[in-house]
Amino acid sequence: MVRATLKGCLGGLPGQEVAVAGSDRPDETGRAGPGASAGDGSRDDDLGRRSRELDAALAARRPATPETAAKPVTGGMAGFGQAMKLSSEFIAGIAVGAGLGWLIDRVAGTSPWGLIVFLLLGFAAGVLNALRSAGLVAEADSKKARAESRGPDER
Amino acid sequence: MADDPISQFQISKLIPIEMGGLDFSFTNSSLFMAATVAVAGAFLYVTTSSRGLVPSRAQSLSEMSYEFVANMLRDVAGAAGMRFFPMVFSLFLFILVANMLGMFPYFFTVTAQIIVTLALAGLVFSTVVIYGFWKHGLKFLGLFVPQGVPAILVPLVVVIEVISFLSRPISHSVRLFAVMLAGHIALKVFAGFIVSLGSLGALGMGISILPLFMVVALTGLEFLMSFIQAYVFAILTCMYLNDALHPSH
Repeated sequence: MVRATLKGCLGGLPGQEVAVAGSDRPDETGRAGPGASAGDGSRDDDLGRRSRELDAALAARRPATPETAAKPVTGGMAGFGQAMKLSSEFIAGIAVGAGLGWLIDRVAGTSPWGLIVFLLLGFAAGVLNALRSAGLVAEADSKKARAESRGPDER
Repeated sequence: MADDPISQFQISKLIPIEMGGLDFSFTNSSLFMAATVAVAGAFLYVTTSSRGLVPSRAQSLSEMSYEFVANMLRDVAGAAGMRFFPMVFSLFLFILVANMLGMFPYFFTVTAQIIVTLALAGLVFSTVVIYGFWKHGLKFLGLFVPQGVPAILVPLVVVIEVISFLSRPISHSVRLFAVMLAGHIALKVFAGFIVSLGSLGALGMGISILPLFMVVALTGLEFLMSFIQAYVFAILTCMYLNDALHPSH
């Protein structure tokens, strides 16, 4: 019950998750898992099947809305959160670039070229960071699909 | 009580300890970190002690937090990510409880210290690097080479990707730190307005209603931010761990 509720309001993937809900989880000691059904099969199987059906029925009643789950998160302070996220990503890129350049200068004695070059590279990395965290960079296959399904509620 | 908004973040030594010239004092920060661990541990221990098949209200709360983190980790990093569940769950609970404890008046906010958040982010970062190299060897470096990039551009892109990778612990930690710091300073500043307006006589008392409403609203917002930041920290941890588990770009 709790699980179904949680899944409905928090889970990113509405339909597909529910079907496998009770299948194999390492944790639930209180429930009849797939391992427990080895001994006396039919009753536990039946229980597991019915609990899965209940999960599915509950999820079907609940309108699949990953968007509304993210709403309280994105509402209100959306701009503030977004600004924190993007600016920290951007500044971190520049800071690391500058730090690396400074280190290279110190070690190799190439001052100021290492700092100049790596500051620019850090700038590029910062832009990449910011774009990536804004979800504007197309990533390779599976990662992309995952990022899309996760999309709005990650900040 | 000091009335400037920064003094709430001051570290004070409770039990001065000095070992070999290094300062190991037990500070108010250490006290609240210990309190955070104690509260989080006690919460899980007490709520799961009865272990009913039909969970009580408290037990379902801790089960919900478990399921919340487990689902997040499974969604982001796949089933293989579950081996990192203890770490992600501990991080999430530690940050959440520390943020919530910080919301008590006169309490110290551990997560508004950059060194604490940086240590947490450094833990995640070193886990990703060590596990990535241990599991995948040099193939882990494939993380830095995106597919479909012209050969001429590869060195440049790799350098940028490496810098981007190295900047992760910084942005990871600064975000949590900055949000907590800014929120607590804003709360304190608006609360200060109430006091200073209140000392201006009857008219000031009337106007000081406005910052009072603001403080009430900000407090609610801070509670929301406390949760969101713990969630964000945990989900970013999951995403970084996903890179360690599946480094192929």
